[in-house]
Amino acid sequence: MKITELFEQGKFVVTAEVGPPKGCHIEPVLEEAKTYLSGISAVNVTDNQSSVMRLGSLAVCKALKDEGLTPIFQLTCRDRNRIALQSDILSAAMFGIENMLLLTGDHTTLGDHPQAKPVFDLDSVSLIHAVSQLEQGVDLGGNKLVGEPPKFAKGAVVSPCSDSVDAQLAKMERKVRAGADYFQTQAVYEPEKFIKFMEKASQFGKPVQLGIVIPKSVGMMRYMNANVAGIHVPEEMFDELKADKEKTKAGITGVEITARIIRECRPYCQGVHIMAMGWESKIPGLLELAGI
Amino acid sequence: MLITELKSKDAIRSLTDGKKVFIINCYGCREVYFPLEEAGELQAELASSGSVTGCITTDYICNPENLELYLKPHMDEITAADLVLVFSCGVGVQTVSSFLEEKMVCAGCDTRRLPGFQGVTPLEYDCGQCGECYLNLTGGICPITACSKSLVNGQCGGAKKGMCEVDPTMECGWERIYRRLEKIGRLDALKCPTQLRNYATGEAAGK
Repeated sequence: MKITELFEQGKFVVTAEVGPPKGCHIEPVLEEAKTYLSGISAVNVTDNQSSVMRLGSLAVCKALKDEGLTPIFQLTCRDRNRIALQSDILSAAMFGIENMLLLTGDHTTLGDHPQAKPVFDLDSVSLIHAVSQLEQGVDLGGNKLVGEPPKFAKGAVVSPCSDSVDAQLAKMERKVRAGADYFQTQAVYEPEKFIKFMEKASQFGKPVQLGIVIPKSVGMMRYMNANVAGIHVPEEMFDELKADKEKTKAGITGVEITARIIRECRPYCQGVHIMAMGWESKIPGLLELAGI
Repeated sequence: MLITELKSKDAIRSLTDGKKVFIINCYGCREVYFPLEEAGELQAELASSGSVTGCITTDYICNPENLELYLKPHMDEITAADLVLVFSCGVGVQTVSSFLEEKMVCAGCDTRRLPGFQGVTPLEYDCGQCGECYLNLTGGICPITACSKSLVNGQCGGAKKGMCEVDPTMECGWERIYRRLEKIGRLDALKCPTQLRNYATGEAAGK
């Protein structure tokens, strides 16, 4: 099922994500996904997230699909040139994977193989363009595909709380023109900024899912503030996390904060994308608290 | 000046159509290669259409002090022009563009790779000699060298407080490009079609 169909039906689309393990054993990941994520619309599978080498996104997507879940194949431009990317897109279609999230990708120097060659032959915009071309039955070399072309729900990302939000909107427009069907955002901790962003972004007429990372600890939020692009954690949130250490440790505070942000932003967007980062078990409770 | 090739006439016409143009030719490293005849022909055509406000031919425009001296007597002609068209390598175009901050500065040439010769510029401006100059789409700031990922369709979203995710001492090239285009009133340049790098020019073709 393409998640664009759910947006068209007016559903508030909930997705989460799975990070493939560093190794070739997938059972624990599948068990966790089946236990906690079977109630949501689709599950992103990250592509060597943070430039750390892991089991492949496409293989894990296929395994999730075989278990009855709907995978979203994340594909980045860091590790493959246009030949390999297009080939993997066709492979995804062959496996019946219908949802993609197309990104530029972190630089190799940020991960666990900093000596690796950063490819970036394409970028997020030209990768979306490549998928759109394949859907027309033509590859980037202008050659015709054999048989019925593939069809995907083509997702992209945008950063609503970025320091340079106008530049983000300009890039978002380029992604829309290249064929993006829906957007997932960088994690949001400032609903008022998100709402302002959506006032401008709604001109593109594409569904946007609010991105959210469940706050686990003061340390994690400080790290994000210092290091993660497009994220600003307001001071009040630190006070809230510090107020009752046991409650924060148990995940209750983080879930409360997340549910509150979702409730505040829900009228302005078309879904939520939850990046639980190991706290997948909290997702069912979070959705209940958020009233979804 | 490294090995340069004239951009196609169509590409240059799309920049100059209906506009007043000031032309700068750089013969600095002329012994290497400059498309003298083709550039002359094209500039004569532009001049005959009455759209040229002025033209100078000089050398080593990559030296900002020289450049300032060369351009000073022509500032009225430059002010009267809608754009400054520079026939030089990518470093020359970037030097002019940073000197004429309020002007749209465009490249008339593509710079190709020439192993063993890196020009004589003493500056931080860098030309990737990619064979397909993007400066006309980016307000005269090179996305190949100013962006750690050499992206050609906009920023990656990895910059934190305007600084690059790869090198936190370096400003995000695409944020610089955005601000520059905003300043010269050319944000419409970002609405260009999706760009795909052509690796069959430049480095690959030079080998």
